Amino acid sequence: MLGKEKLLEVRNLKKYFPVKGGVLQRTIGHVKAVDDVSFDLYEGETLGIVGESGSGKSTLGRTLLRLLDPTDGQIIFQGNDISKLSNRKMRPIRKDMQMVFQDPFASLNPRMSVGEIIEEPMLVQRTLTRKERKDKVIDLLEKVGLSPEARTKYPHEFSGGQRQRIGIARALTMNPKFIIGDEPVSALDVSVQSQVLNLMEDLQDDFNLTYLFIAHDLGVVKHISDRVGVMYLGKLAEIGPKHKIYDNPLHPYTQALLSSVPVPDVERKREKIKLQGELPSPSNPPKGCVFHTRCPEAHERCRVEIPELIHQGEEQYVACHLYTSESDI
Amino acid sequence: METDLQKNLNLDPKNNGMKAEKSLSPFQLAMRRFLKNKLAIIGIVILSVFVLVAIFADQIATHDPIQYNMTNIEGKASSEHWLGTDRSGRDNFSRLVYGSRISLTVGFSAMLFTVLIGVTLGSLAGYYGGKIDSLIMRITDLMLILPFLLFVLTIIAILERINITIFIVIIAMTSWPNLTRIIRATFLSLREKEFILGARSIGASDFRIIFKHFLPNAIGPIIVNATLMMATMIIIESGLSFIGFGIPQPTPTWGNMITEATNLRMLEGNPEAWLPPGLAILLTVLSINFIGDGLRDAFDPKSNY
Repeated sequence: MLGKEKLLEVRNLKKYFPVKGGVLQRTIGHVKAVDDVSFDLYEGETLGIVGESGSGKSTLGRTLLRLLDPTDGQIIFQGNDISKLSNRKMRPIRKDMQMVFQDPFASLNPRMSVGEIIEEPMLVQRTLTRKERKDKVIDLLEKVGLSPEARTKYPHEFSGGQRQRIGIARALTMNPKFIIGDEPVSALDVSVQSQVLNLMEDLQDDFNLTYLFIAHDLGVVKHISDRVGVMYLGKLAEIGPKHKIYDNPLHPYTQALLSSVPVPDVERKREKIKLQGELPSPSNPPKGCVFHTRCPEAHERCRVEIPELIHQGEEQYVACHLYTSESDI
Repeated sequence: METDLQKNLNLDPKNNGMKAEKSLSPFQLAMRRFLKNKLAIIGIVILSVFVLVAIFADQIATHDPIQYNMTNIEGKASSEHWLGTDRSGRDNFSRLVYGSRISLTVGFSAMLFTVLIGVTLGSLAGYYGGKIDSLIMRITDLMLILPFLLFVLTIIAILERINITIFIVIIAMTSWPNLTRIIRATFLSLREKEFILGARSIGASDFRIIFKHFLPNAIGPIIVNATLMMATMIIIESGLSFIGFGIPQPTPTWGNMITEATNLRMLEGNPEAWLPPGLAILLTVLSINFIGDGLRDAFDPKSNY
């Protein structure tokens, strides 16, 4: 990844949701959905973000697109800090960053025809004539593997995989540079998953796209990603190149996560790391390292001091007190 | 229609729904379901008769509905006055015919006005949430705790003289809270859908999101409630006219006609004076309710009321 242009820099990003209570609806606490996350995204790469439910990975994606306003921190997209831009100033930037959603049955407006759905971004951004828009819609439908006749149909006439293709076509309409896939294949059958994943890979080459791929399926992430980030309770536990994360996981959480992946090989003996307890509540996260309550390797320091992301060779960073810093990021 | 449906059923599975014929939007599908509902069709037929009577009242009526004739009061049915005459000697049949005009106008206009207020406030509350939502909902609560009848009676008593326009405004201003709450609830359930996030992510304006994404998906509840509300409005108008707080005499309304017959002599001796307006109210409200129920089943086929 060295030598490549940085498309996106995320610095100490935080997204807290207030918890209201009492008669007067006063804020009595915060859910720390994304807590102090920093990473870089390079042009043309795919960064996979994995984590269990409630780890804040979807919130991270939505905050990066400014669908949610960040509580604190910076989102630097192509050199500009977009974390505090107004909606009006965000509009021209939005055509460069798009999202493919998780639920293909909720992500398409049931009252609009497929043509209208794909055309809408062009209408909002007001860049093309009617004829150009129509040609573009047909072109995009073909690119994602649907017939041009789909234009006049409505979402209810399509299957989940086809709908996801429509969602991808909509995201591609404005020729974005950056696409966030918020678990784009987790709602699909396994056979359809691979089709959609391959489509996304092909489109990445055709359109020179950068992906942030959010998933809880480690196999899917391994397939599509160049680098992988592991999230736990709103924090980035470990981030690094795919082969390093999968072959040499450093963080105890990553190790536990990877040991849970079933391997289709009866001969191979594996040691399964079983985590104790439940995911703690993000409204009341543990002090010190958020993972210490379930970590098999936890020691005294983990209970008091929050670990920083430290460099561990070849672009691999880990937030764990078991390792000592080579150099800070 | 039947043949259309047959064609749809004979889909080639390999084609995967990619047939050449025009596909139907959810709204068109709902309309198709609606037209299969027998009761709703009966409702439409009956209501159409009343609408036609209202439109051609001038041609159908045999007398001037407000022309009194003190020499022929409380007359029985005759070839001259088909349904007799009221206490001021006005022709009951002509009043019945013109009464449909008033009832339908009041019902429809009051409904339209209520929907306008309800949808606007409900959309604002449901879309923006937060302080705007709190403010609108508190006003709504305030309106809901006022006893409707007493409130309307008080306003009408204060205004002393009222006409149809003022009457419609009063009814609409007091009837919007329920619809506002329904629209707000619909918006709240839509707000978390991913296609709304999708619209935001392409930079669509609030105006566009409300009109292109929220309202078309809320059209079912809006139409159903508007229709049922129209029936309620007609009842309210008749009821208020009956107790003398509605459209003032001598304007012919069905409620006014029944008031005219509220004495023992006419109740016993002249059923032709009060039975027809009563039946007219019953049939109109019943047919509108049939249509409303049909629309509800058509827009939300999963619910079984």
